[in-house]
Amino acid sequence: MDKLTLGLICIGAALSIGLAGFGAGIGMGNGLRGACDGVARNPEAKGAITTTMILGMALCESIAIYGLVIAFILLYANPFKAALGL
Amino acid sequence: MEHPILFISLILQGLGLPVPHTPIGHTLLEKLCAPYMTYTWMVMIFLVVVPRLTMGKLEMVPGSGQNFWEVTIGGLMDFFTENLGEKGAKMLFPMMATFFFYIILANMIGLIPGFMSPTSSLNITLAMTLIVWVTHHVLGFKYHGLKYYKHFMGPSKALAPFMFLLELISNFARMISLSMRLFGNILAKEVLLGVLFMLAGAFFAPLPILCLGVLVSVIQAVVFVLLSLLYCAGSMEHAH
Repeated sequence: MDKLTLGLICIGAALSIGLAGFGAGIGMGNGLRGACDGVARNPEAKGAITTTMILGMALCESIAIYGLVIAFILLYANPFKAALGL
Repeated sequence: MEHPILFISLILQGLGLPVPHTPIGHTLLEKLCAPYMTYTWMVMIFLVVVPRLTMGKLEMVPGSGQNFWEVTIGGLMDFFTENLGEKGAKMLFPMMATFFFYIILANMIGLIPGFMSPTSSLNITLAMTLIVWVTHHVLGFKYHGLKYYKHFMGPSKALAPFMFLLELISNFARMISLSMRLFGNILAKEVLLGVLFMLAGAFFAPLPILCLGVLVSVIQAVVFVLLSLLYCAGSMEHAH
């Protein structure tokens, strides 16, 4: 087993979830700010805003989840396993 | 990732049936005994038997069991009517409500030790997504006939070829995003629970993630059903 290859795979996996989480975090923060603004301005619309916000956040979060899936694939089900001799 | 203890797999092994140790087995019997298959059957049996037992006979003054189901089904129906309109909601209700109950139960069952979420396997989520994807195209053809292609052509004639390409890609991306979202969320929950349990299980480290898992299970079920409703609504309405 090549140690350098293994290390590079681990770094790749960590980077994929790290960068995806970075972007998704910014996006979710933006969404939350908008929702807070909306509720502060019009407290009566709290129910509708909360539902929409949770839905939007789930969509934002799925971007991070894609990164997580890539990380899992790299770590547990690497498609190039045979070629790398792992 | 292999789960440490799965009750149904242990029982099947005790009965002498082959349980695969890879994600998918090699022979047909191994494929049928894979954990996500057996737990799907369990969820299905639960969904058939428990409503029968709790609902009992329908009465004018509902008891506690019938009350629960009336609120659940009524709430779902309102939710569908908001997005699809009266007629479409009635048509799609059986399929989408089944998806909702199946997904929410399949997600929740992974929180109990000794059980796994069938939805943490890509096979299950991709199968459900394929059903939704085919259904929304069939609905499009049913409502618009061959003029359904106008949905893919965009607003202006000059840009139609480019828009067609873009719409085609985005349409196929639905298949990936819808299945990957559910699969990734539930797999992440399961793996996180496993890792935390191994790190500090004696100090109740997985407890906050268990609470978060309940939230994620409900939200992902709602998101899956809502997105499939929106896809169906989009193919049923007139092209812009």
